[in-house]
Amino acid sequence: MRNSSRYDRMFERLAERDEAAFGAFVMLGDPDLATSAAMLDALVEGGADMLEVGIPFSDPVADGPVIQAAAVRALARGATPADCFALLKAFRARHPDVPVGILTYANLVVARGRDAFYRAAAEAGVDSVLVADVPLKEAAPFVASAGAAGVDPVLIAAPNTPAGTLAGIADSARGYTYCVARAGVTGADAEVAFDAGLLARLGELGAPPPVLGFGISRPEHVRAARRAGAAGIITGSAIVALAAGHPGREAEAVRRFAAGMKDATRP
Amino acid sequence: MKRDGRFGRYGGAYVPEILMPALDQLEAAFLDAQADPAFNAELDELLAKYAGRPTPLTRCRNLGTDKAQIYLKREDLLHGGAHKTNQVLGQALLALRMGKRRIIAETGAGQHGVATALAGALFGLETRIYMGAHDVERQRLNVFRMELMGAEVIPVESGSRTLKDAINEALRDWAASFADTHYLLGTVAGPHPFPTIVREFQRVIGKEARAQILAEEGRLPDAVIACVGGGSNAMGAFADFVDDETVRLIGVEAAGRGLDGAEHGATLLRGRPGILHGAETYVLQDADGQISESWSVSAGLDYPAVGPEHAYLKDSGRADYVGVTDREALDAFALLARSEGIICAFESAHALAHALKLAEAATQETLLVVNLSGRGDKDMVQAQGLLAPSA
Repeated sequence: MRNSSRYDRMFERLAERDEAAFGAFVMLGDPDLATSAAMLDALVEGGADMLEVGIPFSDPVADGPVIQAAAVRALARGATPADCFALLKAFRARHPDVPVGILTYANLVVARGRDAFYRAAAEAGVDSVLVADVPLKEAAPFVASAGAAGVDPVLIAAPNTPAGTLAGIADSARGYTYCVARAGVTGADAEVAFDAGLLARLGELGAPPPVLGFGISRPEHVRAARRAGAAGIITGSAIVALAAGHPGREAEAVRRFAAGMKDATRP
Repeated sequence: MKRDGRFGRYGGAYVPEILMPALDQLEAAFLDAQADPAFNAELDELLAKYAGRPTPLTRCRNLGTDKAQIYLKREDLLHGGAHKTNQVLGQALLALRMGKRRIIAETGAGQHGVATALAGALFGLETRIYMGAHDVERQRLNVFRMELMGAEVIPVESGSRTLKDAINEALRDWAASFADTHYLLGTVAGPHPFPTIVREFQRVIGKEARAQILAEEGRLPDAVIACVGGGSNAMGAFADFVDDETVRLIGVEAAGRGLDGAEHGATLLRGRPGILHGAETYVLQDADGQISESWSVSAGLDYPAVGPEHAYLKDSGRADYVGVTDREALDAFALLARSEGIICAFESAHALAHALKLAEAATQETLLVVNLSGRGDKDMVQAQGLLAPSA
């Protein structure tokens, strides 16, 4: 059985209830590995349907200040990709059904070796890998290695992505399609505008379910994304900032936050 | 994109998907401009009447040996104080062609920032320069120059607070601002089409030097020597000599405090292939792929990656890459000042230091061309501290 079917089963289950998926992001190793593991459990308890985890990289060009700072803290505490895989393997043993995706950068993948990286992800029970600095044009070898390991390659679609590229994304991507809600880097915004046209075009092309990220930090953003036709949303910077603001009580803080966001995914 | 932007296995465009349309637009504008005589005429006129091209090729009167003559390609005499102005003028014209009203750039030593600031002033473009906070401290004079010409200088506090972090920050700005902003990248690194665009706008260095040495000596040089940080002055010096198989191409990397330690910027000598700042190329990194912090006395060579075409020239064997330490570079810097009355940039002193070694070792008639990529005004304060005055 391919691990990736966890996404399919999750989207089917949520569709029956007319719910969108609430995806929660955690930077592994920030502030330390044990706290990250506790936060993942707490997010699931709070209602997260899927998890996105960052493997910290020294030069995260797609990330805004909040997630950059989290990566710096994680690296300063010595978190390595091997530590992250071990943490995820343990999470998988506790939570057999929750889809988990890795978000990281190309150099960490090629440094281990593409095939070896995706195999390590598969062995840790990871469902998908999104490489933030690999656009469709460079994706083929990453998609091939992902396929060989039975891991879903997640690709990013943006409001300015041309039709031909969207078609390529629809062909190559598996699991879900990460739709960036706006230009720029990651970060929590007060207001979020959605490009419903992008979601419609992806739907027509038969792309994997669209999940919106970048800037989504409040329940009203979640409701607006669901109305616009998103299959789910991912919140990153808001969770990272919340945890950083509650030292020693990170898990409890993100559990409550997750419950509020999950509520907003329901009709 | 029309081209894949590969140099062998190196290069490519590893950026978030949201930036791909901006790179496509830039490639299209560049290809269109290259074929447009009016664009080339305007650039040539700017290079001649604003920037001061052609720059001289100066034969050293006192450096060199009985056997070896050293010629200096005097990019230090270019307006702005370094070779950077060549390609900045080209990219600024591309920005205007694309209808952009704002330019952003990263800078290490500050030379690219200064060149971008002068183009911003000249063409009335809003200009923002990202500069590592550590570099802001060691290159105060260049920060003031940029500000005097109307640019806004943003000190970058993240990471190692040097050039690589300034590039990260410029890329983040561009991901949000590409609609009205051109990222005026300063070297032959970064995603396609930057390595090709910057090389083509810097090609003028080697093109002139080749004609000048032929006129002077009636033959091609035995070697062309240039320092390599990101690698733009070297690619510009090498490009027109690549097909001349008898001419050795030698890139000089910063060996910093020694190649055996961690404090250097010798990416091609001590790094391994990876992906940074949009390109597959040699990268200084640890076993997991985390980027290492580089070191050099010269901010312009203090960079843990390198232009992808240099990676290709290294692997193919067409160019050789060597290291010169901080100490050797400082000695060459002082020797050039004392012997020839020329104060060059610390970066360029690395290339000269290697040429001096080759000259010493020469057993037959040898002609060496060194690209003196910049002048040393920016390094005066640091030089004062490093070279004990003869009190």
